[in-house]
Amino acid sequence: MSVRQDDLAEAARKPLRRAWVIRGSGRWLSSLAWGSALPVAFLLLWQWLGDQELISPLLFPTPLVILESFGWLWNTGMLAENFGASLYRMAAGFGLGGGLGLLLGLFVGLSRGMEKLLDSTVQMVRMVPHISVTFLFVLWFGIGDTSKIMLIAKGCFFPLYIYTFLGIRNTDRKLFEVTRVLAYSRFKQIVRLVLPASVPNIVVGVRLSLAVAWGSLVVAEMMGASSGLGFLMMDARAMSDTPTVFVGIALFTVLGVITDVIVLLVERRLLAWRDS
Amino acid sequence: MREQAHTLPSGTLTAQRRRVRTGSGGFGRHFLVAALLPAIILVVWQWAGSTGRVSPLLLPSPLAIGEAFVRLSLSGELFIQLWHSLVRASTGVFYGSLAALLLGGIVGLSRTVRKLVDPSLQLLRLTPSLATAPIIILWFGFGETSKIVIIGFGAFFPLYMSMVQSILGVDSKLTEVTRVLAFGRGKQLTRLVLPAALPGILSGLRLSIAYGWLGLVVAELLGSQSGIGYLMSHAQTNSQPEVIFVGVIIFAVMGKLIDLFVVTIERRLLRWRDSFTGN
Amino acid sequence: MSTSSSLLNIQGLDKSFQTEQQSVQALRQIELDVKEGEFVTVIGPSGCGKSTLLRIIAGLDTGYEGSVKLGGQPITGPGIDKGFIFQEPRLFPWLTVEKNIAADLSLRDKDVRRRVDELIELVKLKGFEQAYPKALSGGMAQRVAIARALLRNPRILLLDEPFGALDAFTRAHMQEVLLDIWERNGTTMILVTHDIDEAVFLGNRIIILKPRPGEIRGRVTVDLPYPRKKSSAGFQEFRYKVLNEFERIDELAFGEAGAGI
Repeated sequence: MSVRQDDLAEAARKPLRRAWVIRGSGRWLSSLAWGSALPVAFLLLWQWLGDQELISPLLFPTPLVILESFGWLWNTGMLAENFGASLYRMAAGFGLGGGLGLLLGLFVGLSRGMEKLLDSTVQMVRMVPHISVTFLFVLWFGIGDTSKIMLIAKGCFFPLYIYTFLGIRNTDRKLFEVTRVLAYSRFKQIVRLVLPASVPNIVVGVRLSLAVAWGSLVVAEMMGASSGLGFLMMDARAMSDTPTVFVGIALFTVLGVITDVIVLLVERRLLAWRDS
Repeated sequence: MREQAHTLPSGTLTAQRRRVRTGSGGFGRHFLVAALLPAIILVVWQWAGSTGRVSPLLLPSPLAIGEAFVRLSLSGELFIQLWHSLVRASTGVFYGSLAALLLGGIVGLSRTVRKLVDPSLQLLRLTPSLATAPIIILWFGFGETSKIVIIGFGAFFPLYMSMVQSILGVDSKLTEVTRVLAFGRGKQLTRLVLPAALPGILSGLRLSIAYGWLGLVVAELLGSQSGIGYLMSHAQTNSQPEVIFVGVIIFAVMGKLIDLFVVTIERRLLRWRDSFTGN
Repeated sequence: MSTSSSLLNIQGLDKSFQTEQQSVQALRQIELDVKEGEFVTVIGPSGCGKSTLLRIIAGLDTGYEGSVKLGGQPITGPGIDKGFIFQEPRLFPWLTVEKNIAADLSLRDKDVRRRVDELIELVKLKGFEQAYPKALSGGMAQRVAIARALLRNPRILLLDEPFGALDAFTRAHMQEVLLDIWERNGTTMILVTHDIDEAVFLGNRIIILKPRPGEIRGRVTVDLPYPRKKSSAGFQEFRYKVLNEFERIDELAFGEAGAGI
């Protein structure tokens, strides 16, 4: 009877934490209030300084001006057009690079022979700082969509490759022994054990890949393009249209957050079995 | 091993372990197999280049790249530009990580500051640091300052994040020990928080340097009068693709060397760790 | 060991934890008096609040009712007059053995240096002064923790199942080391355990707790001379005495559970 019982102190401390979550809405509100105090104060000060013409409107357009600029970009359809171009490159690049990374990670993870043959080459290529090949890609693929998609694909490839590989190789040895004792076939071993066990790592790889993809997209579009959010920003910079640059930064932030949240939601779904 | 983003050794780790087991003969064979693919690629590449099957303007042959490397080294140009890049990168990383150490330390140690400042910084963190380059150029012009700010901004967040996380992550069991032994506030900091947070801080620093290096590449490619990036954009306008290749290789090798340097320091400082026994 | 004046005095101690739905009473009406130089063992099944009792004495847990006094002074918080040994050694992994013992004190202080050397001798760790915790076995690490607590010359040493994680042989050895320290230093000790042999082997006095809520169910004074032999008839007699108390607790617990259905 007393075996199942944890030490009382321990047991009592745990529910205490859970009680916080339940009473959490109040705490959540308070932390929201604390957390937003600084940004709100900052925005107000910014607006006020701008209105008083204490800071240069050219370098620091006020939040309201930035908002207006957003409205203008939206109404003229420029935003939708460039956003669409960026999104297309992003999706194509991520699909290509991420897909290849996942596939190759699976192959190399599952086969020692493939690892010996391929892994060090891949690791060598990985050392090349991602952005530095931009010129080469422009040289090879022109300044159209292809060079951007390839750059994004290259960026997405490595995180997914590495984490897929790691996920497969870090499969719990003890569980492996269980499948051997239960006489699983090689195929079942992979489908029932290795793949589910490597999902957590693969999800990490996807998140990193997406982050890299946004970064590469910005750079690729800034270094020569005729459409896309990055182009919009660089173009605005050249014309000293600072509000538009701010709109671009804000948009990239929002997009990054949205993709991250999507991955998190998928993760929660897929990894409901996890402890933490 | 924790999830430490990009700088994960992955395959090399298992390779090392196997090397120890199989001894030098096994290592030799392993090396041969591993070098097979790059060797084939190099040979085919050179063959395609020298027989004129691939335009040297698109893909200069390995030998042409090697020649360019020798030429640039002999004229001293390579080292001058590399020096410029290194000074730039280290200045940016220095300021960025100094800010991260200070701010991260304060945010980690003070609950009030954390509640006030951390959400804002977390929001700012989600901005792709490279996307802020245009506004930084607008503010600081195309000069040296804007490059250092771009690098510093990239270097700031990884270290800030791991600084806060590792201070908050100090084992509460050890904190209890310091309470029982009635440590003063200062001793608690120097004997508990700092050493406990050190592994996290170091791996944050490693990431910071990697991001700073990436920031350098972007900053120099966006427009610069000196540095390896300048060498590359200059080569692009003059149609010298072999020099672009030299630049890419230099960026890669330097990035790797700097990373190795940090890892060596890490090993030194963390001898007490379980996972760092032996080699 | 002759006992004299009262060192620790606990009267009417109540402690409860707040959980989601209700408050759980961890300790109820604990009365305990420990004399200077005594070795008291507290034994009970898991969930009886014995660790909580020890943590309250150490000043780690607060928010209780009743009075807990050390040397006539109410306990307000942790302090070096109360040494505490956790179940795990909890050494600082980045400090060597001797630095772990010194902890917040400086080894450059001559007095500290001398005392640390003495304690290393006492806990039989000569030759391991410069080792990092990762190189120590569980028993050795726990001896370092004991030395660390003793360096502060605590008036009372509180041990929370200190040997619970060790294998049987190491545990027996550690019990002897602890008795040796007690006999040499005369430090008052309270040791919490769920091992009956350990309680009888070490204690002048055994306090038996029953769970839900934690209450004192029995007190057994063990007047066997040290060193005790676990195979001796006298030892077995005390063992049975404690076991009997436990059976009474079990009957009680089942009785209550039955009544509840």
